Amino acid sequence: MELKLPRHALNASSQAARVPLGTRDLELVAAIQDGLPLCPRPYAAVGRRLGMTEAEVMDRLAALQRQGVIHRLGVIVRHRALGYRANAMVVWDVPDEEVGELGRLFAQQPFITLCYRRPRRGRAWPYNLFCMIHGRDRAEVRRRLGDMIRTLGLEDLPHAVLFSRRCFKQCGARYLPTEPAPAGTRHGHARTG
Amino acid sequence: MTGAAALDAIDRRILNEFQDGLPLTPRPFAWMAQRLGVTEDEVLRRLQRLQRGGQVSRVGAVFRPHSIGASTLAAMAVPPERLEAVADRVSRFPGVNHNYEREHRYNLWFVVTAPDEIRLADVLDALERETGLPLLRLPMLESFRLNLGFHMRWN
Repeated sequence: MELKLPRHALNASSQAARVPLGTRDLELVAAIQDGLPLCPRPYAAVGRRLGMTEAEVMDRLAALQRQGVIHRLGVIVRHRALGYRANAMVVWDVPDEEVGELGRLFAQQPFITLCYRRPRRGRAWPYNLFCMIHGRDRAEVRRRLGDMIRTLGLEDLPHAVLFSRRCFKQCGARYLPTEPAPAGTRHGHARTG
Repeated sequence: MTGAAALDAIDRRILNEFQDGLPLTPRPFAWMAQRLGVTEDEVLRRLQRLQRGGQVSRVGAVFRPHSIGASTLAAMAVPPERLEAVADRVSRFPGVNHNYEREHRYNLWFVVTAPDEIRLADVLDALERETGLPLLRLPMLESFRLNLGFHMRWN
C-alpha cells in the first residue's frame, strides 16, 4: 500500500510519559475518578474528604491538567444512552513504517473518537492500528467508513470491522481503589443497549 | 431507557457543550448555569437526573492512558454459550471497564486498569485462570487521538 497523502502539521499526542504522582495527588485522583459530587462547591466537598482546602484541590487539578494527566474535565456522556447505538472498532493491518502517517490521518476524521497503535499478536491478531467510529446506527457507521476508505484510498488495506453488540459494563477507567476498601469489593454493572 | 427524545434543549446543550473545559473555580456549575441562562440549582438537578437516567456517566476527569497506573485493552474468543457467564465474571474483576461484546471470533473486549504494570499482569493472569480462556493483550503503544468526546446532532 502506498499512501499518497500530504504530510500535515502533526500535533497529535503520542506516547504520554508516565508522570510520577505524589501521594496527595494519587488520593485526589482516587477521590474524583467516579466523578465530582454534584453540589454547588464540588472542589470544596472533595477537599473536605481529603483534608485539603478548596484552593489546594483546584491547584492540584490544574497542575494535573498541565502535566497532561487529566486530558478532559467535564460532562462525560454515554453515547449509547443518547441514541448513538452503533459503534465499530475498525482494526487495520498497516505496514509498520506507514502506521504513524495513517494514524495521524485517521485522527483528523471528525467521526473517529479514538485512534491507537497496538501490537500485533501473530496470526491470531495481525492488526496494529485501531480506531473507533460512532454513529446512530450501523448504516451511518458503514457509510462513514466507506467514505473514508474511498477518500484515503485504503481499498487494499486489510481491515476488520467489529461492531459492538452488547455493553456489559461501562465506566471510567479506575486506576486506583476509591477507598481503602476490603479486598473483593465489587463495582456495580452499568448495562445499556 | 430514556431516549434522546425526552431531552429538552437545555439538556442537549449540557450534554454537548460541556464535555471539556469545566472551570477550576469554586462554583463550576454556576458558570455552566450562566452560559445556559438557568440557575445553578437547575443545572445540578438536571445533571443529577441525567446521571440517574444513564445519559451522563459522571461529571469529572478523563485521565490520559499510561499517565497514571497501567492499562491495556484485552480480548477473548469466548464460546457463544459461555459468553454471558464469562462477561459477567470479567465485569466483576476490579479494574475492568468498557466490557463489550463485539461481532468477531474475538467476541469479548474490555479494558483493564491497575495501579502499576505488575498488578495489571496479575489481574490479566487471574482472568485467564478463572475463565480458562487465553487473553489477547493489546496495550496502547501510541495514541494518535485520545477520546475528546464528540458533538451529537439531534435531528
